[in-house]
Amino acid sequence: MQAYYHSVTLDKEKCMGCTNCIKRCPTEAIRVRDGKAHIIAERCIDCGECIRVCPYHAKVAVTDPLSYINEFKYKIALPAPTLYGQFKKLAGIEKVLQGLMALGFDYVYEVARGAEFATEFIKQRMKDQHLPKPVISSACPAIVRLIQVRFPELIPNLIDVESPMEIAAQLAKNEFSNKYGVDKEDIGAFFITPCAAKMTSIKNPIGLHKSNVDGAISILDIYGPLSTVMGNGAFSHNWNSLQKASPTGVSWAKSGGEGRSLDMENHLAVDGIINVIKVLEEIENGKLYDLDFFEGLACIGGCLGGPLVFENNFVAQNRLQKLISKMDAPESLSSDQVKEAMKSCQWKWNKEILPKSVMKLDDNIFSAIKKMEELERIYEQLPGLDCGSCGAPSCRTLAEDIVRGNASEFDCIIKFREKVRILAQEMIELSEYIPTGKEGRLKVEEEKDEN
Amino acid sequence: MTQNANEDVIMTNTYEIEAGNFTLAGEAASNIKKLLRQLGIEAKIVRRVAIAAYETEINMVIHSVGGTMKLEITPREIILKARDRGPGIEDIELAMKEGYSTATELARELGFGAGMGLPNIKRCSDKLHLQSELGQGTYLEAKFFL
Repeated sequence: MQAYYHSVTLDKEKCMGCTNCIKRCPTEAIRVRDGKAHIIAERCIDCGECIRVCPYHAKVAVTDPLSYINEFKYKIALPAPTLYGQFKKLAGIEKVLQGLMALGFDYVYEVARGAEFATEFIKQRMKDQHLPKPVISSACPAIVRLIQVRFPELIPNLIDVESPMEIAAQLAKNEFSNKYGVDKEDIGAFFITPCAAKMTSIKNPIGLHKSNVDGAISILDIYGPLSTVMGNGAFSHNWNSLQKASPTGVSWAKSGGEGRSLDMENHLAVDGIINVIKVLEEIENGKLYDLDFFEGLACIGGCLGGPLVFENNFVAQNRLQKLISKMDAPESLSSDQVKEAMKSCQWKWNKEILPKSVMKLDDNIFSAIKKMEELERIYEQLPGLDCGSCGAPSCRTLAEDIVRGNASEFDCIIKFREKVRILAQEMIELSEYIPTGKEGRLKVEEEKDEN
Repeated sequence: MTQNANEDVIMTNTYEIEAGNFTLAGEAASNIKKLLRQLGIEAKIVRRVAIAAYETEINMVIHSVGGTMKLEITPREIILKARDRGPGIEDIELAMKEGYSTATELARELGFGAGMGLPNIKRCSDKLHLQSELGQGTYLEAKFFL
């Protein structure tokens, strides 16, 4: 099997081996070994928490460089609505879209437009009375993967509708190929991304066999060149108006935007992965059975707070809100448009989402129980400081690592110190038995004489 | 019973439940969930046991004067045993009815006491045995087949 691709990686040179990232990782996927952080691939969900917290900028998200678009004959930009919130004094969204054309794209299709279609598709799916409640949004890929790793019991609650990015890519390619009569194979669709988790979703799609997106360019990378072309006054060319998305779709960049767009009376939106985990625990305990829809976003502020954005998330929220209020009256999609889109794109998952049982200790329950007992025994012996000096985020995780054969009890500095003290004590005691030198012998002889 | 159930118990864990302590309420159930997941028990069963354990724990925190919850694992089933030291349930049939609750004002203020506890435990388990004596205490045994 091909190794699972991750966008979040370590820049070894920069890593100081501190404990910031191991403590912050929501899936306990990082360990410090031999002075450097290691990401446990099976556990990492590419949420980007470690990128945000690393003081040495040693955690990075791998995305595609802008030049990568030239690998394709025709290039389509798929800007996330988050991009609009990055610019100061922006007259309107159209300016950003024109700017992308000036950068060399042949077409721009807003992911916000994809979100509008996604909204309608989800509404359709929600008519199914058999869906387990609360239905959980699958818009944030980090949350979908979090559920696979930490809440596998909730996989059936995930809404099986493709992300706005995948929907936008398909509709954009269809539109462009119909309009210009070109082969879809020659078209490259590039997501302008605020996060690493989306990049991972292109390589390891969620609910799909193959992504319709060909690459991802981070907002951080494109911000410079884009603001330059946008600041250079008039563009060399004026393209036809590209802006299509309504406020409904643009709002998806913010926490709660999806839930509101669904007109769901009883929906709950939570942002920040730690907060999301707390509410997922409640859902898992069966406490929120009366809730219809749950939207969980890994980043504080939703996608606007993504790890690859330029502008501060709160500032960007304010700007996006201003842009939305300036937009013309929302034009909702006609039912014909929705039907047409449903026919022309793969909007529903066609690949099952499977649990990732990385937490289990052994495939055999008897061995697992043995290991569990061993784990408890080791844990009892550890100091319980959760200091992270051993390289694991907590004493319990160290005990788990030891049982799995990935660490030793003496990785714990407290245990190690204790062992050294005992050994030192033994050395002192043993030293009494070491045959003494000339001086010692003389002393003994003198003592004898006195007798 | 044709065989002695105790003999095939391959793992037991006991949790003390303190009455009236809402800070700790849910911790035992959360530990049980983690444990079962690490043992590689199927997700669907983990969820059912976790919900039943959570409701049982909350019931003990709200209604009892304290007790213990015990988790037993055999190759064929998971058994949740909870025993409290009182005060006992007056009318079990009524207590099993959805929406019936005797929870205190405080518990209700905290969002508990919807009268769904026991019905939920029943729904999640494959077999439920409940026995109670006023002034003595309550014993609950829920089984989940593997």
